Amino acid sequence: MNGGGRSVILFASSHHAIWASRLLAARSIAARLVPTPRHLSSECGHAVELPRADAPRAAGALRERGVPFERVAEI
Amino acid sequence: MIYFDNAATSFPKPPEVVAAVSRFLSHGGANPGRGGYAGTFASGTILFEARERLAALFGLRDPMRVIFCLNATDALNLAIRGLVAGGDHVITTSLEHNSSIRPLRELEARGVCRLSVLPCRPGRAPDMAALEAMCGKETRVLVACHGSNVFGTVMPLAPLGDFCRRRGLSLIVDASQTAGVVPIDIGREGVDLLAFSGHKSLMGPMGTGALLLADGFDHRRLEPLRVGGTGSDSASLRAPEFLPDRLECGTQNMPGICGLRAALGARREGVDRRKGELVRAFTARARERVAGIRFYVPDESLLTGLVSFNIDGLLPSAVARALEERAGIACRAGLHCSPLAHRSAGTFPTGTVRFSFGLYNTVTEIETAVEALAELAAGRGKE
Repeated sequence: MNGGGRSVILFASSHHAIWASRLLAARSIAARLVPTPRHLSSECGHAVELPRADAPRAAGALRERGVPFERVAEI
Repeated sequence: MIYFDNAATSFPKPPEVVAAVSRFLSHGGANPGRGGYAGTFASGTILFEARERLAALFGLRDPMRVIFCLNATDALNLAIRGLVAGGDHVITTSLEHNSSIRPLRELEARGVCRLSVLPCRPGRAPDMAALEAMCGKETRVLVACHGSNVFGTVMPLAPLGDFCRRRGLSLIVDASQTAGVVPIDIGREGVDLLAFSGHKSLMGPMGTGALLLADGFDHRRLEPLRVGGTGSDSASLRAPEFLPDRLECGTQNMPGICGLRAALGARREGVDRRKGELVRAFTARARERVAGIRFYVPDESLLTGLVSFNIDGLLPSAVARALEERAGIACRAGLHCSPLAHRSAGTFPTGTVRFSFGLYNTVTEIETAVEALAELAAGRGKE
């Protein structure tokens, strides 16, 4: 069971992170924009944090809409 | 002042635009994509929403293909200099503004490309047979002005788009005078690169513009004119390959883009209808009252809210000066940075007087202008 865990989706740029956060909000996925965790990336921009259980659906929605992302990481 | 120079820039701007710029400068102000705190997120959201609204307006699926520029000239330079490669043959039209013909002539003068100019008449469809005859093995790009900034006519894009698709050419369109007035779907009309300013009929602040890359266009074909900080891929000493960062670097004109976003949100239906009414109100009254007034295209071809004219026996520069001195009317006379277009219509080198109406102009202002012109025409040669 991973119901209590969190994931982050990492992006190449903040533009993509903002696009993703708005798209996921429109799909009723409880995602929020957070500063990119330093231990996961050297980028100084934004990532999207969401419940781990929602990560596969979120990744699918991003791929379907063509929003590029780098990877999904568990935190 | 009666402002009839909306083709140069729209004025005044809607109150929503003024409020948005003021709010951003007073209460926003962070640099989008630079840092992970709330202010950068707020600015980044404004930037994204402006991109998203432009994408929706012009039929783009991917908002990252909206590249913010300083103005239409900047966008056209990115499109032309970024796309045209050594040995290419490029075709353009005789209705172009200097914003595209100058970069093209410069590339030609440096030996980068060969350039052909398709003779066009304002208000007439392009001669597709002549275009076909110009097209050769090395022809790669067609550059076309959608709306004439001199005559207010509109070039139909679909035939040009079909032609370019069939011949494997890239189509660059200057939509400075049509963006915000004439509907454009860049995918449906076969446009590859669409350049426009944000401060004309889109009603945003000066210093805004964009280049849109069609969804199917391979953005790696477009070389950036400048590279630098993007807030992304910071460890790399090379510019990112992805959009918009490949073509958009340095701090953006966020106050301007914030105003443009507000202008796009405040857009009303019927901009084309309102501008058409104002143009027809002017031409009808002027024909009745102003002796010797000469228009250059039929009224039904005037689709962007601007109209060019002359009065027999009077220089356009003298007409514009007298209008300002006698009636406080601000308009533009001369060549309007489009010598080719004036040669095409036979109005080179003195040019024309141009009135370009905006959403805040009224029929009463037009009547004032017509009376001033009637007096000028009646008194010509007396000075």
